[in-house]
Amino acid sequence: MITQWFFTHVDRRGGIAIALLVAIAFLVPLSNLLLPETSPLHIPTYLVSLIGKYLTYALLAVALDLVWGFCGILSLGHGAFFALGGYAMGMYLMRQIGPRGVYADPVLPDFMVFLNWKELPWFWHGFDNFWFAALMVVLVPGALAFGFGWLAFRSRVTGVYLSIITQALTYALLLAFFRNDMGFGGNNGLTDFKDILGFNIQAGTTRSMLFAATALFLALAVFVSSFIIRSKLGKVLVGVRDAESRMRFLGYRVDRYKLFVWTISAMMAGIAGALYVPQVGIINPSEFEPANSIEAVIWVAVGGRGTIIGPIIGAVLVNFGKTYFTAAFPEIWLFALGALFIIVTLFLPKGILGLYGSWKTKLADHAARKKDSAPPPVAAENVHLPEPQAAE
Amino acid sequence: MRLNRLLSVFILMLGVCCHIVQSHAQTVDDAKLRPLVQALAGDNFEDTTKAISDLVKTGDPRVSKILDALSAGDLYLAKADKTVFLGKRDGSDYAATDALTGAKLDPVPRSAAEKIKVNNRLRRDIAAAVGGLTLMSDNIAERRSAAEAILKTRDPESIPLLDQAIAVEKDASVKALMQQAKAAAVLSSDAADDVKIAAITEVSAGNSRDALGLLTPLENVQGPVGEAAKAAIDSINTKLAFWNAVQNVVYGLSLGSVLLLAAIGLAITFGVMGVINMAHGEMVMIGAYTTFVVQQIIRTSAPGLFDYSLLIALPAAFLVSGGIGVVIERGIIRFLYGRPLETLLATWGISLVLQQAIRSWFGASNVQVGNPSWMAGSFDLGLITLTWSRLWIIVFSLSVFAILQLVLKKTMLGLRMRAVTQNRRMASSMGIRTPWVDALTFGLGSGIAGIAGVALSQIDNVSPNLGQGYIIDSFMVVVFGGVGNLWGTLVGAMSLGIANKFLEPFAGAVLGKIVVLVLIILFIQKRPRGLFALKGRAIEA
Repeated sequence: MITQWFFTHVDRRGGIAIALLVAIAFLVPLSNLLLPETSPLHIPTYLVSLIGKYLTYALLAVALDLVWGFCGILSLGHGAFFALGGYAMGMYLMRQIGPRGVYADPVLPDFMVFLNWKELPWFWHGFDNFWFAALMVVLVPGALAFGFGWLAFRSRVTGVYLSIITQALTYALLLAFFRNDMGFGGNNGLTDFKDILGFNIQAGTTRSMLFAATALFLALAVFVSSFIIRSKLGKVLVGVRDAESRMRFLGYRVDRYKLFVWTISAMMAGIAGALYVPQVGIINPSEFEPANSIEAVIWVAVGGRGTIIGPIIGAVLVNFGKTYFTAAFPEIWLFALGALFIIVTLFLPKGILGLYGSWKTKLADHAARKKDSAPPPVAAENVHLPEPQAAE
Repeated sequence: MRLNRLLSVFILMLGVCCHIVQSHAQTVDDAKLRPLVQALAGDNFEDTTKAISDLVKTGDPRVSKILDALSAGDLYLAKADKTVFLGKRDGSDYAATDALTGAKLDPVPRSAAEKIKVNNRLRRDIAAAVGGLTLMSDNIAERRSAAEAILKTRDPESIPLLDQAIAVEKDASVKALMQQAKAAAVLSSDAADDVKIAAITEVSAGNSRDALGLLTPLENVQGPVGEAAKAAIDSINTKLAFWNAVQNVVYGLSLGSVLLLAAIGLAITFGVMGVINMAHGEMVMIGAYTTFVVQQIIRTSAPGLFDYSLLIALPAAFLVSGGIGVVIERGIIRFLYGRPLETLLATWGISLVLQQAIRSWFGASNVQVGNPSWMAGSFDLGLITLTWSRLWIIVFSLSVFAILQLVLKKTMLGLRMRAVTQNRRMASSMGIRTPWVDALTFGLGSGIAGIAGVALSQIDNVSPNLGQGYIIDSFMVVVFGGVGNLWGTLVGAMSLGIANKFLEPFAGAVLGKIVVLVLIILFIQKRPRGLFALKGRAIEA
């Protein structure tokens, strides 16, 4: 019953991805905790955290793909929602430090003592409670996205205009969070976390659990995305992506569909940020950098936009490349990243998964011609990109 | 020890004797002055004050030097023979010179001399007195500084001296300054009310900030003087507020000019091709680096041409950035037409590559771009001080704007560009080779970015990140002003610049910028195509 319900909402690829994610959610922590360090299958804790970080990026990429790949909204400011979720989690973690800070103030985080603040600002209240913080992780990015989207989509701000104002949004937040008066630690951000839900945040067990949580949330995100895309609403979204005016003329309230998916996506990005912060141990305003948001776009593009698991592949691959290059050849990294942007847009408009799809088609085509029978099968089913539109 | 001191006293006396012998040969004036100088070392400050005024009354030009020394604490009294001398510390001795003649005396041990004490009141008196002395000097600079000194001390006693000086003063500006000083002195004297009111009028005509300092203490005085002072303060405050606003406008215009320079090329490429060029900031940066290279070449091969380096750099930067622009258009962007979002990503990639290329080539730190002499310095406009570079950048960006308008309106290329902007397919059907127009437009836009780089190299740090700092602001200008009309870019840039500068005093620079960004985001809701949108009938512009 359940499996049947599951597979009506998720395609085969999504199913495999979910199964894989659930599997590594269990296997990686097990390998880290149970296998002896000498075992070749043992995964050291730093690696668990590193992969965990990649998976939070993947979650951000899935969120971005939901709006860009399926609804045609290119957001250059998704990093803002990611960072806001991260800040909400960071505030919870700050409150957990309690009197163990450098200044040993039982209530105020160190940076507030340093700034000579006497009491907790109103927006910090409640963040000592994990569930309140968890709620804020989705509510704050969601509310911002809702307000912003409501204004933008209703007045039909589309295309590059929308991209640019999303960039302005994250830039404005970057400037705001850099200010000490904002009450979020200014330049240095929030760091020095001690524990989460009572567990030591540095401990291997906690790290493994955070990893498992990330993998499970990513699996959930894949499921939710598939669910949305395969629903009727998803078809409308794809319609909006490919011909917005036509959908409007057909009588659909395009702005509402966009607003819905935009807000959901921002909430996913917020969750990604919240999972990111305890694993890296710091959140600061540089997460709002417009460049970060644009980098997230390239993860999606590399993996294949308009596919649900492409962004996961893209995020992990590009970030693995980044980790490798910035350590081994720091000079080369920006060249490589820049070239990646150019090559992907020029030669791989459908990303790696698209390449795989067309490669499979060609192979099948080849086989079919050999056999001299049956028309070639259709390529990867979820990959439909818009026909190039004329510039006017 | 004792012997030593005795010896030194003896030597000193010998020196004084010698000196007396010498001074017989000098004018009688010397003999008259000497007791007065001696009197400076009086028992108390009152004696000293009297001695100072006596000295001043002689009007001898040497007096001012002696008084200056007294004020600086360089005047000493030898304990043994009670003579006053000018001393400079030199090890355990004072290198002594005669206070009046400046003749070299034998060094005095530090223990055998006593510094003539002065307090702040005396110093003020001295400053005023010296000021009074030099009011009649032949040197115009000395007269000016004397008047300024009195303006600061406001010593009522200097009023007669000032009257004398004003009567003979020929230079109008110094005369005005003296009258100011006199008015200031009158205000701190116990003159009659009508004299004071006249002085208030006089004072408020001068430098407003000084006048405010003079008048504020009088504000609470009862009677007509207080009222006159209050009225004068009010009018000065209005004047200051006005000039403050003028300053904000001028600063805003200069910030707006910078934005205009950075955004105008972007507006062209976006308007004509619908392409957002994220590498635009890097074109600006390359223009700035071209300036750097041009200056390096001039420094090593023709240092005399340095003042013209910017003029040489302008065409160079236009060609370098424009050339790179054409290469980018032909090599990458033309394959992406009709896919504006992909173009945005690809040009972002280009910007990363260009940044890293410059970083590998020139290093990650700032390079030093010099200012030619005509860019340095400042000038006064009313009550505000403006730097020449600020003014030049306004002039420069407006000329770039004007030239660009001419190119668009009067040349064949401009005609074709406008045609393509309005209706690409129709233009193509009429025989315009749209791909060439695209390439040249992109080259033109990039070239103008390069020119902007030359200007920005004068006011900003030239580093590989230069372009990043401007890209979001220039987008905002284009989005705010609207596409397809350069006037929109002009109005957008100037209003953003001025809005920024007016918000800064209330909100601080950062918060002001945030407010502007939020306002633009809200503005876009009202006019999704900017202030000056092209009118058309297409649903999707």
